[in-house]
Amino acid sequence: MSRTAILYVVLLAMACIAPFVGYPLFLMKCLCFALFACAFNLLVGFTGLLSFGHAMFFGFAAYACAHSAKVWGWTPEVAILFGTLSAGLMGLVVGWLAVRRQGIYFAMVTLALSQMVYFICVQAPFTYAEDGIQGVPRGKLLGVIDLKDDMVMYYFVLAIFAAAFALIYRVIHSPFGQVLKSIRENEPRALSLGYDVDKYKLVAFVLSAALAGLAGATKSLSLGLATLTDVTWQMSGEVVLMTLLGGMGTILGPVVGASAIIAMGNYLSGFGSWVTIIMGATFVVCVLLFRRGIVGEIEHRLGKKKSP
Amino acid sequence: MTEIFGIPIQALMGQLTIGLVNGCFYAMLSLGLAVIFGMLNVVNFAHGALYMVGAFFSWMLLNYAGVNYWFALILAPIGVAIVGVIIEKTMLRWLYQLDHLYGLLLTFGLALIIEGIFRHNYGSSGQPYELPDVFRGAFDLGFMFLPKYRAWVVVMSIVVCLATWYLIEKTKLGAYLRAGTENPKLVQAFGINVPLMVTLTYAFGVGLAGLAGVMAAPVYLVNPTMGSGIIIVVFAVVVIGGMGSILGSIVTGLALGLIEGLTKVVYPEASSTVVFIIMAIVLLIRPAGLFGREK
Amino acid sequence: MKRKLMTAIVSAALATCATVVQAQQGKLSDDALKIGVLTDMSGLYADFGGPGAVLAAKMAVEDFGGKMFGKNIEVLSADHQNKPDIAKNLTQQWYDRDKVDMTVENLNSGVALAVTGLAKEKNKIAIVTGAASSRLTNDSCAPGTTVHWVYDTISLANVVGKAVVKAGGDSWFFLTADYAFGHSLEKDTGDVVKANGGKVNGAVRHPLNATDFSSFLLQAQTSKAKVVGLANAGGDTVNSIKAAAEFGITKNQNLAALLMLITDVHALGLNTAQGLYLSEGWYWDMNDENRAFAKRFEARNNGKKPNMNQVGVYSATLHYLNAVKAAGTDDTAAVMKKMQDTPINDVFAKNGKLRPDGRMVHDMHLFLVKKPSESKGPWDYYKHMGTVKGEEAFQSLEKSQCPQFMKKS
Repeated sequence: MSRTAILYVVLLAMACIAPFVGYPLFLMKCLCFALFACAFNLLVGFTGLLSFGHAMFFGFAAYACAHSAKVWGWTPEVAILFGTLSAGLMGLVVGWLAVRRQGIYFAMVTLALSQMVYFICVQAPFTYAEDGIQGVPRGKLLGVIDLKDDMVMYYFVLAIFAAAFALIYRVIHSPFGQVLKSIRENEPRALSLGYDVDKYKLVAFVLSAALAGLAGATKSLSLGLATLTDVTWQMSGEVVLMTLLGGMGTILGPVVGASAIIAMGNYLSGFGSWVTIIMGATFVVCVLLFRRGIVGEIEHRLGKKKSP
Repeated sequence: MTEIFGIPIQALMGQLTIGLVNGCFYAMLSLGLAVIFGMLNVVNFAHGALYMVGAFFSWMLLNYAGVNYWFALILAPIGVAIVGVIIEKTMLRWLYQLDHLYGLLLTFGLALIIEGIFRHNYGSSGQPYELPDVFRGAFDLGFMFLPKYRAWVVVMSIVVCLATWYLIEKTKLGAYLRAGTENPKLVQAFGINVPLMVTLTYAFGVGLAGLAGVMAAPVYLVNPTMGSGIIIVVFAVVVIGGMGSILGSIVTGLALGLIEGLTKVVYPEASSTVVFIIMAIVLLIRPAGLFGREK
Repeated sequence: MKRKLMTAIVSAALATCATVVQAQQGKLSDDALKIGVLTDMSGLYADFGGPGAVLAAKMAVEDFGGKMFGKNIEVLSADHQNKPDIAKNLTQQWYDRDKVDMTVENLNSGVALAVTGLAKEKNKIAIVTGAASSRLTNDSCAPGTTVHWVYDTISLANVVGKAVVKAGGDSWFFLTADYAFGHSLEKDTGDVVKANGGKVNGAVRHPLNATDFSSFLLQAQTSKAKVVGLANAGGDTVNSIKAAAEFGITKNQNLAALLMLITDVHALGLNTAQGLYLSEGWYWDMNDENRAFAKRFEARNNGKKPNMNQVGVYSATLHYLNAVKAAGTDDTAAVMKKMQDTPINDVFAKNGKLRPDGRMVHDMHLFLVKKPSESKGPWDYYKHMGTVKGEEAFQSLEKSQCPQFMKKS
């Protein structure tokens, strides 16, 4: 086995024992956000598109999944799939509009569109606005396995995460992923080589949106609620921070970044308003001094070539 | 009573006038963004936060130092500009060689910090700013009751916007600025201090945001979150207008204020989303924005 | 004078109780009694609950004597940042790790629904004071674990609607926040207005957290209704009132805020807020007992008077502690039974009653905000316009949408 493979096996083993040491609900939340950040990283780190509105996919899928599980009584796997697909569809529409602009305009367009989705979610009756959709049943997986127990749910979430992570890994290392990277490095060059750049970008965008949706849908089931928090621009900012802190364009970076930020939010909750200030400061420090992020920095120190 | 679209013309005119007031704030903020973007290639996410700081400075001046509105109108923007100089000198300038996205990320972080600090110290429920006595009362325009202060906001901000446009497009200083944007090395070679110009541009841009904040203070509650709400709308305004032209951003700001005012009468439920919908339409028809040049 | 004597007797009685407690036998699970105050410490509602609510819970514990069956009573507090998922996580940790027995405050409807849902699952008592949603005792009810102490949207609609119509405000126009909460507030109040002989001229819906309300208020102005009802909350209400003052709407029309507390009036200032109708369950300047409590409270809260939510936290915590003592255990069912059997008589409520559906029923008041010239200084803001009896103010048990009580009726 290669060194990388060993690393992943060790990490997976650690994730399997984690709930015996840590707090399952908290760990589930970490996994969901880690997946969210990985999906985001697929776009920003490997395609070079900074979306500042990814919360719209995360939050909307959470609503879709929660609604279908609670009101329509769908089983968890179908509800999650439904959430993922609706986010993917939304990604298609948003992406179709947004890839027309590049760079910072792309960021502003996605931010503005996500704000629009936020306003729609506030007004739409099925989201229950400030109350959110509460008491979402976890249901029975495939109608057989009861997910009510936190431990069972944790392993279900872990399985989803591992599968999605493997998918992202495959995509990055596929020929498609190589084209995305070439777009990131030099878009006009990729264009001149005959690649339909906008189409590649759009596919990457939809994929990233759907995976962000998968994360949101899973989160709404594990925590049993879907609320406006997940659709706000602050949430979009948070996922950017997670990825930036962990290391943009590294495979494991988003996972590390997400865990760090979620832990921070949880343990610093006693400090109240300081949480925002600390988050802002982390942003500033990362941008000014630490642009490689935690994982990027480690890889750099180890002298490994940055070749995901 | 005359009606347009089934709405009494009085009500319509009233709403449009109010829309114009909002449009003035959009125009001043997007103007500042455009000036900064033109020179620094940075999308200043902290713009909304600094607009809020402007409002808070004027509130502090009044409540801690007894300085009235008129002096605040000058002092608070200068205060915000000084904050801008500090931000540019200590942080932003290290990022000019990098991808423009880092500028956006840095200023986003700054926006969080600034908002957090004010929230920590002043809570979220907002502080009232008393109207100066001169502005109490309203003009009766026949079709509506226009508070004097709102009339002042419209006049003042249009004057400021036009002055800025004149400064940049018609004066020698503006010519240096524009040249500096096109080719900084060449301009530097002519003996002009480009880094200083960059700093001053940033200070000027955020100063405009501060000024808008002072003007907004008596209209809205002085609130730590007042900036983050408006900045996203202003971003949409900027995407619609394109950041290529100064006049373009002024016109777009005012126009969108008017359209928003109109929506509040015709279909109030959509008044918070209309700007974004227009943005989507403009992206479809003219991706570069109404006044933009495709780079 | 009589009141002072009463307070003296009460405190003397409390002191004796405290010594008796030492001797009295009782059992506590995990050998400790812990109360968690979950609130917004720094966000939009920090003045509404926040540190003041934590202080209120601590004062209740101190006034109780600080000990239960010889063990210290602990008060924990946490900031849910108005995010239901953080609230749920925190509460779960409180239950699982810290062995918290009861949570109180839980403001913001989203948070309250999340916490009461979890409390039901874990069979713990959750007392809600700050959240207004009437769903807590209706479709999302949890009799036996949820207690809704201070107010809800139905009672606000009832009190404001009824009392304002009685005071002559018989034609209404609503300014409504365009989401579920605003809609239900508008509907509930409109029904009450009509039932009392008034009429509703119309309504305009504004987006949540709108920045400028002037255009909506112009529409209210053209409606010529006597009363403009503000079916919104927080910053939206404050901004509507501000714009109304600026446009001179308050000259010919009265505003009625459906959800507003004294801390909001304090933030607005009387110049702007004068002439506004609102409903609260408690006001510090109503009697000597209230004034004495406010004095004790503000001395420890940076000079800020308590609002009804904070006093509600005090009252609810004290009632819970007394029930634990009377039951001799912290077992949920036993304590809940004692809480329901004992009438509530304290600084917050007189002859209040906790119903089996979790609703605490007590009198509500209608106030008119004073003109600046009538006010003697900071916090002297309200003119008392009338009191509505608890049974009339709150939804009757027969009308409850709570499944357990729908069958019986």
